[in-house]
Amino acid sequence: MDFVPITDQDKNEMLKFLGIKRVDELFDLSIPDEVRMDRSLNLPAGISEHELLRELEGIAKENVSLSDHVSFLGGGVYDHFIPKVVESLISLPEFYSPYTPYQAEVSQGVLQSLFEYQSMVSELTGLEVANASLYDGATSLAEAALLAHDITKKNEVIVSEAVHPEYREVLKNYARGLDITIKTIPLKNGQTDISALEDMVSDDSSCVIIQHPNFFGCLEDMERIGDILDRYPTLFIASIDPLSLGLLKAPASFGVDVVIGEGQSLGNKINFGGPNLGIFACRKDYIRRVPGRLVSSTTDTLGRTGYVLTLQTREQHIRRERATSNITTSEVLNAIAAAIYLSYLGPEGITEVAYQCLQKAHYAHDKLSEISYLEPFSDTPFFKEFAFKSERSVHEINERLFNEGIIGGLNIDRWYGQYPNTVLFCVTEKRTRDEIDRLAAIMEAI
Amino acid sequence: METIFDISRPGAKAYSLPPLDVPGKPIGDLTPASLLRDEAPCLPEVSEGEIARHYTNLSNMNFAIDTTFYPLGSCTMKYNPKVNEAIASLSGFSNIHPYQDESQVQGALKLMYELAQWLAEIGGFKKVSLQPAAGAQGELTGMAMIRAYHKKNGNPRSKVIIPDSAHGTNPATAAMLGYKVVTVPSDELGGVDVRSLEGLLDEEVAAIFLTNPNTLGIFDKNVVKINEMVHSVGALSYCDGANLNAILGKSRPGDMGFDVLQFNLHKTFSTPHGGGGPGSGPVGVNEMLEPFLPVPLIEKDEAVGAYFLNYERPLSIGKMKAFYGNFGVIVKAYCYIRSLGAEGLSHVSDIAVLNANYLKTKLEEAYILPYDVPCMHEFVLSAERQKRQGVKARDIVKRLLDFNIHPPTIYFPLIVDEALMVEPTETESKETLDRFADVMRQIAEEAVENPEVILTAPHNTPVSRLNEAEAARHPRLKWQKD
Repeated sequence: MDFVPITDQDKNEMLKFLGIKRVDELFDLSIPDEVRMDRSLNLPAGISEHELLRELEGIAKENVSLSDHVSFLGGGVYDHFIPKVVESLISLPEFYSPYTPYQAEVSQGVLQSLFEYQSMVSELTGLEVANASLYDGATSLAEAALLAHDITKKNEVIVSEAVHPEYREVLKNYARGLDITIKTIPLKNGQTDISALEDMVSDDSSCVIIQHPNFFGCLEDMERIGDILDRYPTLFIASIDPLSLGLLKAPASFGVDVVIGEGQSLGNKINFGGPNLGIFACRKDYIRRVPGRLVSSTTDTLGRTGYVLTLQTREQHIRRERATSNITTSEVLNAIAAAIYLSYLGPEGITEVAYQCLQKAHYAHDKLSEISYLEPFSDTPFFKEFAFKSERSVHEINERLFNEGIIGGLNIDRWYGQYPNTVLFCVTEKRTRDEIDRLAAIMEAI
Repeated sequence: METIFDISRPGAKAYSLPPLDVPGKPIGDLTPASLLRDEAPCLPEVSEGEIARHYTNLSNMNFAIDTTFYPLGSCTMKYNPKVNEAIASLSGFSNIHPYQDESQVQGALKLMYELAQWLAEIGGFKKVSLQPAAGAQGELTGMAMIRAYHKKNGNPRSKVIIPDSAHGTNPATAAMLGYKVVTVPSDELGGVDVRSLEGLLDEEVAAIFLTNPNTLGIFDKNVVKINEMVHSVGALSYCDGANLNAILGKSRPGDMGFDVLQFNLHKTFSTPHGGGGPGSGPVGVNEMLEPFLPVPLIEKDEAVGAYFLNYERPLSIGKMKAFYGNFGVIVKAYCYIRSLGAEGLSHVSDIAVLNANYLKTKLEEAYILPYDVPCMHEFVLSAERQKRQGVKARDIVKRLLDFNIHPPTIYFPLIVDEALMVEPTETESKETLDRFADVMRQIAEEAVENPEVILTAPHNTPVSRLNEAEAARHPRLKWQKD
């Protein structure tokens, strides 16, 4: 199968038109002999659609799907319910098969959907400017730090140890070629140690990066952090879970200057961790420094409302080495899914989903607290994730759970060696009381 | 069209949730009041039927590869096979978590391992990482590895050489890593001007960024020599893989002397572009750069036949994004290569190049062909003659919309005045190509006889030309109540 519609007769006519005998002549004219392949690629032979389906269905079955198992895994991507209307609409080829909307007149569907997405992100975060998506939460965080570096002209980035460890690794990579020093604020009781933060921040700090709820699920004292940062020219960057904003205050109200986050939980499948959705929103003052696409409403020659990509002079195809970022393709389809999902929820729905996550997580936390070998990692308020220290091997606990159809929590000591056998649970609105009770009962019995 | 906010009415709703089945606690006991919202966020209130109609109607306002010919140069807008969409959405692929134990995701790891091997074979490289989220992130990954390599040898160096015909991402990427960009001009055949390059090379050059075939659709005949020159000063050579569709099974960038390349799965390997993503930009490297690849690498323990995520790589640059790559896209590219096999991929390049040359020849009288040499998978025309007649490239492409054709890329590469960059791809029929040529020739005639019809185009689209200057002066990025 190669999806080529040119028939042998077409080909002969085209070759005749070009005055050549074989297609190979076109390659002979262009590619020097020394780099022409003199053999075929060493790949398996092509197969039919039927064979492909059979083979790939087999490979898919070698994976344990969360559709068949109850999962308490979180840590950046989450098992929330995705309504069929989202899946159905983003499966329209008119949404999934266009390129970037460079020709606005024939891209109004993508552009207006992105405008609606930007509006919703703006509303949730309380910030005036939201872009049309970046790759994922981790790269959004790195881009936010680069923006702070660019705006403040300061070289120091301060990041909490309670920020997702993979995000911090990506930050390190994005800061690689620039003269940026990264300092890490230690943890205290599952939260960012605020007195340490107070000691570290100075007029030389370009930004302070906080995750809220943080990697351990704990809420941060955003008000106090905002008050402290108010005294410095330092940008306050917050990494958020967009669904938590159904209950939690818009970050802008704490003086946050840039909000970034992972938008997968807004109607996007987990997909083994990608594609995700990088959320990026900031104050209006930084609009000309924002990375990625921005969609603006405007009017056409007849005065009708329409939408265009705007401020493109920030971008690589115009500004080249002086661009705000090198990003071009981002995650537009995921952003459209998020807009559809948020329309589906509405104000009442997002509040209810966040409320159910909160209540179910606390129910699970209470249940697990009764288990003798578990001890809560922290006693600070949390949203949908929480950690426990275990006297038993997390690996063994998870094996036992798996045999009973449950995928247990995430062992975090791969990143936090100082906390061996510490397990992070996530409880979304999808988990039922029965599933939580089963988790607790199996663990109790170990 | 009205926005979803405009059709919102208090009390309308789409969502349904099971009732809370655990005992609820007063929310004030769980969360400090200072962190809680005073009122719910102002999202649209609409029924499911209204959502379906709203977004379906919006989708109808887009040109897409399933509805129109889309010869957008450099973007390889080929048909996206339906079966690949169906396979990627199987729950065994779409509903697996990146932190599941390796033993639970052997199928996913195997698929990634094999795709990486196939891409390495196609590009002529030692090893491939599937982690980068898109082409530009592949570039960033490649350049980060180059920087790490030089740094390990004592000096990260300070300059990157980039041809004047390059994609804008190339200089933007180099700048993100702190490199100074030095531009090398093109020669009269559209390739790198070798003599100029010689004068630019010194021990402070970290790398050259080349696209081959280049953005004019021309294969640089000096590529081997250029790479030798670059290597002779200890610099490395990066190949932008955006144009790989021209050379599948014909020639391999690794064999041309390139040290690293990014693959654009959403171009060459048929995964849909989603209106601006998700993409996927794996990087391939030779032996020299292999130790620097991002972690984790997916490897196979041959002794037990199991796949695993290898983080034990001391020289690795680390992570470029969270988790392992855009897996949902990776699955589709795997399906594509598996369907076509070696023979099918080689046939792709045959027809991509045949279609481009056929169209080029059909259009070379109506438009100026600034580089009159055989092309690969795309070619660049100039509307300079039409500009003198009063219509510019930007007008011509608006006129194309009236004929239900998505326009070529315009004003790129920058070295061609009034550039129109045409890439038909192999999945278009001769009839489609003939019609496009007819329409383009008709527009060239209109430029002489009736330029007004071009200058006022498009005439049949949901909106007419939009005021971009106004948007840039007063950007309105979110919906507001009137």
